[in-house]
Amino acid sequence: MAGQTLYDKLWQDHLVKSREDGTALIYIDRHLIHEVTSPQAFEGLRLAGRGLWRKDSLVATPDHNVPSERAERAGGVAGIRDEVSRIQVQTLDENCNDFEVVQFGINEPGQGIVHVIGPETGATLPGMTVVCGDSHTSTHGALGALAHGIGTSEVEHVMATQCLIQKKMKNMLVRVDGELGPGVTAKDVVLAIIGKIGTAGGTGYAIEFGGSAIRNMSMEGRMTICNMAIEAGARAGMVAVDQVTLDYVNGKPYAPKGEQWERAVENWSRLHSDADAVFDAVVELAAEEIEPQVSWGTSPEMVASVNARVPDPAAEADQTRRTGIERALEYMGLSAGQAIGDIRLDRVFIGSCTNSRIEDLRAAAAVAKGRRKADSVKQVLVVPGSQSVKAQAEQEGLHEIFTAAGFEWREPSCSMCLAMNADKLGAGEHCASTSNRNFEGRQGYGGRTHLVSPAMAAAAAVAGHFVDVREFVAAGETA
Amino acid sequence: MKAFTQHQGLVAPMDRANVDTDLIIPKQFLKSIKRTGFGPNLFDELRYLDEGAPGQDCSQRPLNPDFPLNQERYRGASVLLARKNFGCGSSREHAPWALDDYGFRAIIAPSFADIFFNNCFKNGLLPIVLDEDTVAQLFEEMYAQEGYALTIDLEQQQVVKPDGTTIPFEVDSFRKHCLLNGLDDIGLTLEDADAISAYEAKRREQAPWLFDAVK
Repeated sequence: MAGQTLYDKLWQDHLVKSREDGTALIYIDRHLIHEVTSPQAFEGLRLAGRGLWRKDSLVATPDHNVPSERAERAGGVAGIRDEVSRIQVQTLDENCNDFEVVQFGINEPGQGIVHVIGPETGATLPGMTVVCGDSHTSTHGALGALAHGIGTSEVEHVMATQCLIQKKMKNMLVRVDGELGPGVTAKDVVLAIIGKIGTAGGTGYAIEFGGSAIRNMSMEGRMTICNMAIEAGARAGMVAVDQVTLDYVNGKPYAPKGEQWERAVENWSRLHSDADAVFDAVVELAAEEIEPQVSWGTSPEMVASVNARVPDPAAEADQTRRTGIERALEYMGLSAGQAIGDIRLDRVFIGSCTNSRIEDLRAAAAVAKGRRKADSVKQVLVVPGSQSVKAQAEQEGLHEIFTAAGFEWREPSCSMCLAMNADKLGAGEHCASTSNRNFEGRQGYGGRTHLVSPAMAAAAAVAGHFVDVREFVAAGETA
Repeated sequence: MKAFTQHQGLVAPMDRANVDTDLIIPKQFLKSIKRTGFGPNLFDELRYLDEGAPGQDCSQRPLNPDFPLNQERYRGASVLLARKNFGCGSSREHAPWALDDYGFRAIIAPSFADIFFNNCFKNGLLPIVLDEDTVAQLFEEMYAQEGYALTIDLEQQQVVKPDGTTIPFEVDSFRKHCLLNGLDDIGLTLEDADAISAYEAKRREQAPWLFDAVK
């Protein structure tokens, strides 16, 4: 019998019951909730007279709607100016009180983007099944967990039963071997992967990311990669547990301690694919060939190297793809064959569950240090992913580097990734963004998003247009 | 959940690939704490010429005449014909809620994103996967014939065209069972409460750190 993949093992470990019709009941260890996708689930429980199956499995925090602007944020929930947003955050408060769910409230030390606070507190751990009514739940797979987004009906289902009705996904291995060049980051790797397999390439699969480039990556880099598995169509992305994982988890507030830690480590040591495991699909990339990436279109697969050009739809043979490129170029206000480096930016956003962790902020600060944003760039937002990241960054003085560069240092929230709070693009504005989606209107009505790494975003903020961060840093350029 | 057995309805096109959930229902409407009322904002950015806000009276907004759902011939459509990877992006169930609230009962496409596909079944909305050539053929026929309607028979797992020819489709037996009978799957799962408790007790013993850690 062939060996098992990491996903096979995680699935098997959580299998409560297999049914004859091919579905299975899968047990959920950790359920993260936020204000946007939970109110209707709590309401459903109330209407049906149901309670929570296991209260201690839930952790809540408001992130999508909370203001990033300091003065507004200081007023707490009551201070949120947008009434509809305020009601949604208040509703989370009320539901957490009524159902006795642990919540990291709007200005409490544990608050942050749900996918940032899970790993950093140890609320999400290796070997867990993790769900959340949010597609970027795949982030937690970086710990060697089975983590994926669910809809609100499933949120209610997990609340009431601690289980999900699932069909097993297929196994895909994305292997990135070799050494990444200087200035090339996890974000560039995952954008290159999506560019290669497409936004539906991983549909129906759980993706395991492996290979020496992933092994040599920090946990935060692995989170960036797994975060965007959903942008390749895969609900779940994951990385095998190794020493990097253990070193990261050890000492986290909710991680096991003492004798329990020893037991956990022993338990987690099997969380990798067996050498003879069989994958339904294998995709390989050479790390050396990956360059800093910039998305030019309205789908994360529409991505190119910073030194490349915007594609010409005429060169595309497939009719549907050709129309897709034409429509994207029209929306983005770009012309076929235009150099990526000629795209001028109106705003820059550094943040989101993809790239708002301390290493991301350090990378952006390293580029911003001693430089200033270009006058033509209206605004550069730096939004730390959590209160803890914010505190760490301030301790390291990163906020001073940013403010000296003319960047705005904000409060933890999802912010301009999806523009549910006040941070948004104006129609037609181009934004270099470290977020995960460049869909039409995502960052604001008519807004034009270009997905990049934190270092590339900072360099674009200084130059006013896209530049290859490798040459930019080497040349010691300033605006 | 409302049951889905058989449905006959006018077909409308959403003729582009990779329609994401931000396009189906933009983020500003996700601030609602209800499950209903999303219909007027379905495809908001394509459907209207201005920027929509929650709580607005959409009947006063300027319509985009080029958008099919605004055209007389597609008025009252309840079957959406789409291209591949429909529903990609976020997990927001507001997307199927909006489609349902507008009046759609079924969506036909060559492929769907996983989370969206799953969310549809929870709301009595039937996503049907047909191969790309068949979908292309349906698009042609629909454009050629005003009032083009399809009958969807879930029990028989077939789409019946106006000329009476049928196209078979696949559907998971569990999902089919739930849809046909309008079943609440939480109730079904709770029938296995003993199995869940037994699993949980075993897990608590094997991995105690997973319990009562966050207080």
